Amino acid sequence: MRAASKKLTVDDVVGRIESGMTLGIGGWGSRRKPMALVRAILRSDLTDLHVVSYAGPDVGLLLAAGKASRVTFAFATLDSIPLEPLFSRARQEGTAQFREWDEGMFQTGLRAAAQRVPFLPMRAGLGSAVLENDPDLRTVKSPYEDGEELVAVPAIPLDVSLVHMNRADSQGNAQYLGPDPYFDDVFCMAAREAYVSTEQIIDTAGLTVDAPLQSLLINRTMVAGVVETPNGAHFTTCTPTYERDEKFQKAYATAAKTPEDWAEFAERFLSGDEDAYQAAVAAFHEEAADV
Amino acid sequence: MSDVTRSEYCAVAIADCFADDGEIMGSPMGLLPTLGARLAKNTSNPELLLTDGEARILKGTPPLGQTTDVTEGWMPFRLVLESVVTYGKRHVMMGATQIDRHGNQNISAIGPWDKPTRQLLGVRGAPGNTVNNRTSYWVPKHSARVVVEEVDIVSGVGRARAEAAGSAATRFHDVHRLVTDLGVFDFGGPEHTLRFVSIHPGESVESVREASGCDIHADGDVPETREPTAGELVLIRELLDPSNLREREVPAR
Repeated sequence: MRAASKKLTVDDVVGRIESGMTLGIGGWGSRRKPMALVRAILRSDLTDLHVVSYAGPDVGLLLAAGKASRVTFAFATLDSIPLEPLFSRARQEGTAQFREWDEGMFQTGLRAAAQRVPFLPMRAGLGSAVLENDPDLRTVKSPYEDGEELVAVPAIPLDVSLVHMNRADSQGNAQYLGPDPYFDDVFCMAAREAYVSTEQIIDTAGLTVDAPLQSLLINRTMVAGVVETPNGAHFTTCTPTYERDEKFQKAYATAAKTPEDWAEFAERFLSGDEDAYQAAVAAFHEEAADV
Repeated sequence: MSDVTRSEYCAVAIADCFADDGEIMGSPMGLLPTLGARLAKNTSNPELLLTDGEARILKGTPPLGQTTDVTEGWMPFRLVLESVVTYGKRHVMMGATQIDRHGNQNISAIGPWDKPTRQLLGVRGAPGNTVNNRTSYWVPKHSARVVVEEVDIVSGVGRARAEAAGSAATRFHDVHRLVTDLGVFDFGGPEHTLRFVSIHPGESVESVREASGCDIHADGDVPETREPTAGELVLIRELLDPSNLREREVPAR
């Protein structure tokens, strides 16, 4: 007997998400973000999501579209452009609730969820404003002789996680081919259900033909569904399949500065489906090449 | 050497921060810190471990703006967060949108946290860095808005706040230096407050105090920041920053 395929469409994945859920998004800043799935959420009726992310344009877009009512973050950046403009606007206008943790605490909270423990201790956070701005955080005293009082980083259990990988098979085994796995496996394990979007779904045997065993970051026990979305991390990096689309990211960041320009940008690029988006991006580059 | 520029004084002052670190990972954030750390690796501390800013540990020190060299190791973000910061064999030099007299740093946001007037990066790894490994700061434009009495949102933790948080926070707390375009400072003043270490040529205790939003302690006469050696100037100008990117961050004055 063969295991059933987990292949889905982007809209199938979005159909598995419900308003009010806590949604983890893999990648880091403007790197290997599951943007095709994020764009599909923008088109959906979903609201009131609590988004947990090492934030980049994924979080900026979900905030600007009114999809995220709560965000857990350690930073928000476009990497080559230091600040994420849509995120900054949401913070400054107070249009959502925010929880700001240290980068390491954030990982520790995901690991606690993945390990199914209520918290894990660490030093990060002690003495900083993080503990003041998140009054739910508690410290814990070591039961051993040292008696050290550490931050009890609570688990961040996720309802659904979305990650983007270079390649996967139809069962949910998924592989990164770039230099950094980020925390995508941890996001998957911290979630009740995880969905992998990928540049290419290939035969299982192909995964290790030209890539090391260790690149198989995610195995199928962690994955509920797989969706093939070529150029699906655009405009973030998907090294080595493609690098960040810096020209497009700059256009995004520039448009995000004013509501009028943003409305025009959203109409041009985000009003249709994924195929329409990719076609609009291609047209954007053709125009730029003509100038 | 009268043709030494302010940015070159900054580069050697930053390099000197890493001089006695031994075989640890340097994490310079930004342009001048990267130049300074690469300079240190070529001079005072050849054992320093440096990455390309992403996941590769580089054996050599390519010029600024370039990131290719022989790879000597792998350093993805997960290892930085779970195995280097906490392991402690690291010296990070971060930026600071605000830094205060007590050594607290802010990169999160300006104004009240609930609804900031200006959102910045977020606290990033600053809370964890400061209670786990040696931390220094770089400020390219020293002013009363940057060097302040009290930061808005404490991201990097200064000594007094670490002490208030208890021994778990002070055990590995080591805020080492603040280097700015005006001088070099540490937190060896009364009650671990800001203190002059040296002043870049062309500045004085008065001019630096004038440009600051808080008091800076001086222990007697404050020396000038040392001149780069001839060898260091060759390294900076010919090998590490031939495009003179340093001048854009710290213009000559």
